[in-house]
Parts: sequence; C-alpha cells; structure tokens
Amino acid sequence: MASLTFFLIRLMPGSPVEAYIANLVSQYNLSHENAQAQAASLFSLDLNAPVYQQYLEYLGNLVRGDLGESLVSRGVPVSEIVMAYLPWTLFSIGTALIISFSVGIMLGMLMAYKRESKLDHILTNLGSIVSSVPDYLMGILILVWVGVQWELIDVTNMRGTLSPGVQPGLNLTFIGDAFYHASLPILTYVLGTIGLWMLTMRGSTESTLGEDYVTVAKARGLKERRIATAYVGRNAALPPFTQLSISIALVFGGSLLIEWLFVYEGLGYLLYNSIQQRDYPVMQGVFLIITTMVIVANLLADLLYSRLDPRIRVAGRD
Amino acid sequence: MAATTGESRFRDSVVGRVLAWFGSTLKLMARNRVGFAGFLVVSTIVLVTFIGPIFLPSEQEVDVSEIYETPSWSHPLGTDSEGKDVLVQVIDGGRPILIIGFLAAAISTTIAVSLGSLGAFLGGRTDTGFTWLADMVLTIPQLPLLAVLAGILRLNSKIAVAALIGALFWPTLMRAIRAQVLSLKERDYVESARALGLGTPHIVFREIAPNMAGYIAINFTLAVTAGMYAVVGLTLLGLVPLSENNWGVMINLAWTRGAIFSKDSVFYIMAPIAAIALFQLGLVAMNRSLSEVFDPRLRRGA
Repeated sequence: MASLTFFLIRLMPGSPVEAYIANLVSQYNLSHENAQAQAASLFSLDLNAPVYQQYLEYLGNLVRGDLGESLVSRGVPVSEIVMAYLPWTLFSIGTALIISFSVGIMLGMLMAYKRESKLDHILTNLGSIVSSVPDYLMGILILVWVGVQWELIDVTNMRGTLSPGVQPGLNLTFIGDAFYHASLPILTYVLGTIGLWMLTMRGSTESTLGEDYVTVAKARGLKERRIATAYVGRNAALPPFTQLSISIALVFGGSLLIEWLFVYEGLGYLLYNSIQQRDYPVMQGVFLIITTMVIVANLLADLLYSRLDPRIRVAGRD
Repeated sequence: MAATTGESRFRDSVVGRVLAWFGSTLKLMARNRVGFAGFLVVSTIVLVTFIGPIFLPSEQEVDVSEIYETPSWSHPLGTDSEGKDVLVQVIDGGRPILIIGFLAAAISTTIAVSLGSLGAFLGGRTDTGFTWLADMVLTIPQLPLLAVLAGILRLNSKIAVAALIGALFWPTLMRAIRAQVLSLKERDYVESARALGLGTPHIVFREIAPNMAGYIAINFTLAVTAGMYAVVGLTLLGLVPLSENNWGVMINLAWTRGAIFSKDSVFYIMAPIAAIALFQLGLVAMNRSLSEVFDPRLRRGA
C-alpha cells in the first residue's frame, strides 16, 4: 500500500514533485538544483538517486513514522497533522459501526422471527431504501430538512469536532460535546450501513431457524429467549459479520464526503482540504493512514471472527 | 453464396430470438410488482434524460427577477439562484451521470468476469496472481483514491472518469465470479467440452459465462449504482471539473451558493437528489424482478 502511494505521487506524468519543482523555479527564480533540493526535503525524497533507492528510503522513513512536511503549513510534519485528525474519524466511524451493526442484526432477527408480518415488510423496504440511496445524499437530506426547513437543530453550531473552549479530558462536558458534534456524521453512517446488516441478518436467521440444532433445542424445552441468543443469534450473525470488513473500507472512504458535508474535522475533511490546497505530502500521508486503518480494521475483524466461529480457529484459513 | 445466406438466416434468427426473449422477459418481470415498478422508473428516467433534452432550450438565460421562485406553471420545479428553470436542468443533467455510471459498470463488470473466470479456469499462478490483485484493490479506500487521482490528474473526459471508477470497483464481483466458475468447471458439460479439445476462450465464454448471465446482469445494475455513487460524490466535491450541467454539479452549486441555508432553494437542491435517489431505488427494485427472471426457483406461483 505504501508502495502504491509512493509510485502514485512520485512517478505519475506531471507528478506533484515535478509540478512543485517547476513552480519553485518559475515563481521564486530558484535554480533547478536548489528547487529540487527543496522539494526533496519536503517530500523527504532524494530526487537524484535512482528510483529504487528513493523507494527504499521512502519506506525507511515510513517505518520511522516520517511522512515529510506539509507544503502549506511550512515546517509542520505531516505525521503530526494526520495524528491530530485521526482520532475524530476513528471515534465517529467506530461508534457508528458498533451502533449500526448491533441495531441492524437485532432488527434483522426480529424481521426473521416475524417474517411476512407487516413489521417485516416495512423494515425490509426501509432497509433496502436506505441501503440504495447514497449516504452523502442522506446527509444532505438531514441537513436540508431537519436543519434548514424545520429548524429543529442548529447545524452551524454542530460543525467542527468540539465547541470552542472545550478541552479534551475525561469529563462529561468533553464526552457530551464530542458526541454532540459527531452525532450527525454518526447518524449518516448508521443510516448508510444499517440496511445491509438488517437484510443479511434477516436472511441468515431465516436459514438458521431451519437448522436441526434449533429444532433439537426446542425439543429439549429450552427457553425461547436462550434459543434466540445462544443458538440462533450467534450463528446467524456470522454472515453479516463477514461483510463488516468490506463496509469498513466503504465507510472510511465515504468519510471524505460525510466529513466535508458536516465540516467534521477528521481525516476525510483533511484529505479534502489537502487536495484543494494541493498539499501533496499531506495528501499522501492521509491516504496512507486511511489505507492502513482499513487494513488494521480488517485484521481486527478477522481476529474477532475467529473468536466467534470456532471452526475457523481449528481449521486455519480454509 | 451458401455462406452468405446461412449468415443472414443466422442473423434473422438471432434478431427474432432476441425479440422473443425480450418479450418473455418483460412478461416475467411483470410478475414481481415492485421489480416491474423499478423497471418502469429506470426506463422512464433513461428515456427522459436521453430524449428530453432535444425538446429543451439549449441555453438558459440568467434572469435575476426570478431567483428561487417556488413551483408554478412556467417553472414546475421552481428556479435556481440565477433564475434558471430547475426542471429543465434536471432533465438535461441526467445524461452525463448515467453515461458514466453505465460505462464504469461495463468496465468493472468486464474486468471482473474476465479475470474471475480466467483465473478460476486456468488455476495455478494466474489464479493466485488475479486473486492477490483483487485483494489488494479491495483494501484501497476507493473514494479517497479517486479523489486524490482526480486532484492530481484533472480529469476532463467522461471516459477517463468512468475508466478510473471501473478500474477500482471490480474485485468484489471478481471474487464471486471466481467462486462460481470453480464450481461450474467441474460440471459434466464443461468436462466434455474440454475433452472435445475446444479452446479455453470457447469454454470460458460460450460454456461457462452464459450460466452466470443472470448473476452478472444483477451485479451489473449494482455496479451502475456504485459508479453513480462515485461520480456524483466526486462532482459534489468539485473534483471532477465536468463543465456541462449534471445532477452532481447541481447539488454542488446549490450547496456552495449557500442554498442549503436558505429555505427558498429547497426545490433546487431536492430535485437532483430526488432524481438520483429514484434512479438508484429503481435499479435496486428492478433487481428483484431480474433475479426472478434468471432464477426460476424464486418465482411465486405460476
């Protein structure tokens, strides 16, 4: 992944590095060598070295956590900027995925237990509607209707990640304020993903209900509630869980639009800004971190899955 | 001589067969009411956005006396921040989005089907390579990569945008196709085709692919929605500088001109959103019908 970003930024025709050098030469009348030296220090690359050596050096810097410096805020390391924005994205996306997954599979189970009822039809249709309309459009709908037309919430006040004056710390004001500012992005992420869990869980619960072990459990006279949680729920939640990794990547990607929409200062917002300002080192850094987050989240999901499904633990990969 | 008549007869029969197939498919689709409604919505939007612009004024005049008008007979959906008619813009702005969506879907589906079936069929190193590639592309957050690329490359052509989207959206379908081919290639008729010495392309495209036609068609419509998601998102962010009017540009303009904070502009921003949402919902609903058409076991009653 690091390799991809490297080659993307470094080797593309009209690459940012070249553009930056050309810009320095024409704007500040620097000689090509001087400009190149400056660009090299900014991107933390040695431009005179052969490409493979640059690549190795880039990887080396990466391992030490050195992502170069921002072009716009001179002298500020990219890693510092990225680390300041990262927690907010992790917080909002993490909370949203936990809420949407748990509520989604509960609703999905409910739908399967009451299948062909009115409730089931309503929830199935709602689920397919929210999962087919793009999440950012739902975000705009929330802003336009709840914020502007009905004036139920003060949208401009909810922008940013914290209200002015609130300091991070382990107190209720901070936690409350963090949730207040993250609530609209979280709501949008939940709406955007919950339909998938509901529909997958409905399907898998339906097929689990027909399994022999459920019939046996019923015959043994176990309580309905225990069958629903320990027998049906636990097994039926596996298929939606496998889809978690795919939607982690989608939600992280979608944060670009959602955070821009709600002016929520996380990684997506940072990425948008750095693209607008053509701040290539920051762009490169954010992209790398988002990708790393997706990979780490996938690994965690895989680990959790092997806890949930003992068959995977014993048999290894296949 | 004999060859030409044979060929024309072949073409006739193909056209006839396609027409007959189309008729019976429509009948089958009509069985699922939700799905058929979706099909009608999708085809109406496609027809209106592709044929409608012929009857529209090519250029709209800026009219400051008619800013953010509410709907009336002369402006059924009101006007925008420059006094231009919203309905005209909605009809005119669908084509670019739909073209990119369909083109991106066609590209990603083609990549997915070719790599998936070839990999599964050939096995060995080719298969490992393709699967590795798919896993790799799958972990890239697609929208950020598209945004970064759009920021660096300054994409100006529809085909470039569609190709870029298509090049990133194939892995999920590719893995599904691969799994299907792995099971299909053990079937008797494939074994016998191989025993007859028919080449790999023949077996993959004539024997195996048709069996997945339904699955591919359904995933194609889903790929269209994914492509539209990406292209509207990028235009909304202002990263794809498509100069012409389209639904994404409309939302972007409504948003950046502060329309979002003034109550009067609700029709301007809602019109393109409604159009996109309707089309997406229509496609997804249509899939219910499509899956019944291709999988007879799902059909209810006779």
